[in-house]
Amino acid sequence: MPSLNYVAPTTVSDAVKILADASGPTRVLSGGTDLLVQLRAGRISPELIVDTKKIPGIMGITGSAAEGFTIGAATTGAELGDHQALKAAYPGVVEAANLIGSKQVQGRASLAGNLCNASPAADSVPAVIAAGGTVTIAGPSGTRTAPAESIVTGPGRTSLAKGEFIVSFHLPAIKGKTSDAYLRFIPRTEMDIAVVGCGVSITVDAGGTITAAKISLGAVAPTQVPVDASCIIGTKLDDAALAKLDAAAQAMCNPIDDKRGTIEFRTKVAGVLARRTAKIAYDRAGAR
Amino acid sequence: MTFIGNKSDLRVVGTRPVRPDGVDKVTGRAVYGADATMPGQIIGKVLRSPHPHARIISIDTSKAEKLPGVKGVITSADIPNIPSEEAFVGEGPMNFRDLSLNCMARDKVLYEGHVVAAVAAINDAVADAALKLIDVKYEVLPHVIDVEEAMAPGAPILHDTLFTAGVTPKPTTPSNVAKQVRFTIGDVEAGFKQADVIVEQTYTTAPVHQAYIEPHACVAAIAADGQVLITASSQGHFMIRAYTAKLLGIDIANIRVTNAEIGGGFGGKTVVYLEPLAVALSKKSGRPVKMTMTREDVFRGTGPTSGGTIWVKVGATKDGKITAAQTVIKLQAGAFPGSPINPALMCAFAMYDLANVDTLGYDVVSNRPKVAAYRAPGAPISSFAAESAIDDLARKLGMDPIELRLKNAAKQGSKTVYGVTHGVIGYEEVLNAAKAHPHWTAPLGKNQGRGLATGFWFNIGGESTGGVFINEDGTASVVTGSPDIGGSRASMAMMAAEVLGIPYEKVRAVIPDTASIGFTHVTGGSRVTYATGMAVTQAAQAVVEDLKKRAAMIWDISPEAVEWKDGEAVPAGANAGGFDPLPLAAIALKAAKTGGPIGSEISVNAQGAGPGFGAHICDVEVDPETGHTTILRYTAVQDVGRAIHPAYVEGQIQGGAVQGIGWALNEEYIYNKKGHMDNAGFLDYRIPVASDLPMIEAVLVEVPNTRHPFGVRGVGEVPIVPPMAAVRNAIRGALDLELFHLPMSPPRVRAAVDAAKAPKAAE
Repeated sequence: MPSLNYVAPTTVSDAVKILADASGPTRVLSGGTDLLVQLRAGRISPELIVDTKKIPGIMGITGSAAEGFTIGAATTGAELGDHQALKAAYPGVVEAANLIGSKQVQGRASLAGNLCNASPAADSVPAVIAAGGTVTIAGPSGTRTAPAESIVTGPGRTSLAKGEFIVSFHLPAIKGKTSDAYLRFIPRTEMDIAVVGCGVSITVDAGGTITAAKISLGAVAPTQVPVDASCIIGTKLDDAALAKLDAAAQAMCNPIDDKRGTIEFRTKVAGVLARRTAKIAYDRAGAR
Repeated sequence: MTFIGNKSDLRVVGTRPVRPDGVDKVTGRAVYGADATMPGQIIGKVLRSPHPHARIISIDTSKAEKLPGVKGVITSADIPNIPSEEAFVGEGPMNFRDLSLNCMARDKVLYEGHVVAAVAAINDAVADAALKLIDVKYEVLPHVIDVEEAMAPGAPILHDTLFTAGVTPKPTTPSNVAKQVRFTIGDVEAGFKQADVIVEQTYTTAPVHQAYIEPHACVAAIAADGQVLITASSQGHFMIRAYTAKLLGIDIANIRVTNAEIGGGFGGKTVVYLEPLAVALSKKSGRPVKMTMTREDVFRGTGPTSGGTIWVKVGATKDGKITAAQTVIKLQAGAFPGSPINPALMCAFAMYDLANVDTLGYDVVSNRPKVAAYRAPGAPISSFAAESAIDDLARKLGMDPIELRLKNAAKQGSKTVYGVTHGVIGYEEVLNAAKAHPHWTAPLGKNQGRGLATGFWFNIGGESTGGVFINEDGTASVVTGSPDIGGSRASMAMMAAEVLGIPYEKVRAVIPDTASIGFTHVTGGSRVTYATGMAVTQAAQAVVEDLKKRAAMIWDISPEAVEWKDGEAVPAGANAGGFDPLPLAAIALKAAKTGGPIGSEISVNAQGAGPGFGAHICDVEVDPETGHTTILRYTAVQDVGRAIHPAYVEGQIQGGAVQGIGWALNEEYIYNKKGHMDNAGFLDYRIPVASDLPMIEAVLVEVPNTRHPFGVRGVGEVPIVPPMAAVRNAIRGALDLELFHLPMSPPRVRAAVDAAKAPKAAE
């Protein structure tokens, strides 16, 4: 009979050692909202589960808009939603994280779990990428920092090496008139998985002209994909710029036909969401 | 049976007391199928076919049997090979051989998920491991999923023994078309010649699952002397008893079934899947066996309702008189014959008083799970097409859709296509209530539309047993054989309390096991409040007659000189004598001295169930860029005869409307090229969630059914008939889109938006 062991180390170094020494299939547990479901459905059968939640600092939010925020890897969506300063500075990241699952799931679901589950449809990931988020990774050879977009390499696959796990997320200091937004499309209103997701961060000057922008699409390719934002930089997001953005977003799509949407539908909706999300981020940035 | 009083005379009927099963359900104490246990029970699990169509070459269970902890393995070799026999036990015609083959495949598997073997083991993990050790060799056969493809020449044939019934001469080659059936009145060709305007269109609907929240579950044990105990969640414990007896060759008297609480059924729990297997596993292992489906099991192994193709043609004169209506319907039956094709044909135009109607239908098998009943089986499918066509006809005529319907409305004396003449019905009253509702004329905004559709369902009566027993303290116990799905215990207690003249709180309703009450047909067909309610009412009336006799005995006067009023025996008049009233409790106290226990159990085969009609108004807002439809407002008007417990009637109407909205917008089975279902779970089989819906406003119209003591009509099925066309007509109103296929999911609506733009751009 297969056996399953569970450990809950209390230090980062213990966790790294356990992960590095593990010989069989091993999974890192944060909130477990994907892991436990996959386990129950028989889609995975790990021999070892390493729960990170007993590690001090793995949950919690520090910092400010002026100096940037550090978010513990296992911090729950509910905590993100309750953090007024974070919500004010990064409304897009928080609204994306808060779209995961349901109210009940929000009490457990974490940014690290959402990222490392490596689903192309993960809600928080395009938002964190657009916001310029980075992650701090602990591993056998010490600690390293990497951009959020470098983690997911394909459905269910990450760039993390054996023994590595994410300790925290970092969102940069807000400079000038910058804000973000995230929209996703689902057939229902909640309890669903993104057919298309879009994160946008925009910086405008005093006159409302866009000086910087970062856009990330989810669920339209094997990994989150960037959209070339040059078509809106230097504009005030007029109709012509929005049309170009729509086309640029569609150009980046390489989706599959599946139970959640057709290639044609996903591609068209990616353009629609890019426009709509950019408009929200632009209005928020202008209001700063 | 005399009609009991005017509404103003009723004290209990028409009020909204707390249901007797409510506290247990909201506190988690209620025992559902999966909660039931028996001492020493072990776990039973099934092995399902990975192929949609294959011949079973061999099944080797030897390795599984040797695994420590495995107590028994069964295949079709352990189930009697019974002959073909038609029966009517559940909610529709059923062939016992097909039912047996559906529970456990023999020779061939006919859909992905078809059960080929089952194991009993000491726990889940051992059972799972044992299933992996069963070696089944298959010869994979070509499969067919779609109904039109299954009818096409050269299609893979599921059953070599299936020849199309209903055609002459009798066919000599097997076919996937199990049956052809036709209902006709008048002459449609002549009718269409009189028409000034004709609409004609082909529609499709997707098969949809009943999506009850509770998966099937049971626990069963067979003793050494052959006596069987089963506890299961279903819509009829007598149904489980009958099917298990037949499939396993056991005398009915040797099976006792207890009904667990049921977490939704909607028709889908009027057949068996697990119980005969659990008994067979118990026989093999000598232990009670518990079986519980997962949600995935429910999708892969249990009945949805049919999807279908519906061609409709309707013609009318310029002033809106419908001159002819015609339909051809092809319904998926799943792996075995038995789609609800007859009711689909019968219900399509039953709302209208028409001289010329022709309906032709086909019952078609294909490699998908066998369909099971789902609320008003067949009617929502044909009505989606027919009520969409009527809406399009109203547009072409430039007529208000309610006026067009009123002009052609069925009324008392209207003859239906299936030969029955309508009695007292409330369709016109329902249409007038919809017309008068403020919703019908409320303003709409951009990208918003309003749709209306109507629906019909027969409702049935049938066999029921109800008992009323007076307890020593003057309280009453009500027993029935009807599992309580929609609050029927409350309605039964209310009807008994009304007749006895005592408070509802003094009456308790329970549902005993099959050995403890007379036969009762399934909870289905919207029959329980009508038929079982009739049995309970008659039993309560018999008790009242007895109570009057007891009072007469105590007073030493003639029973005719006693009246029953507000729960008390009173002298009929001054001549009867000057006695103080005798309350029920006082008579109960003296029962031993006046003849012994007071009670009555009545069995009926209730006739005269009154049909129900509904009209639904739906407002939507459609996002033209994403194709997403939001239901803004929804009003469901229905003739309910008389609402015994209005809150539960409203609940039935709201629930039916919501299931119909899901059917309209997102629910569908998605099959891949291998014939595997890709969305066997609630994540990607999208029923509506609470945030998808506005409050559904239920409007109760009461046109009492003269055949029931309180005027009851069945209410549970009508409300799922109109929603699909109501939503479709609303979306059509919002964006003027041509939509003929369900579900009207965002990709489909967006594609229709793009298609609507394309020709305009070219003009």
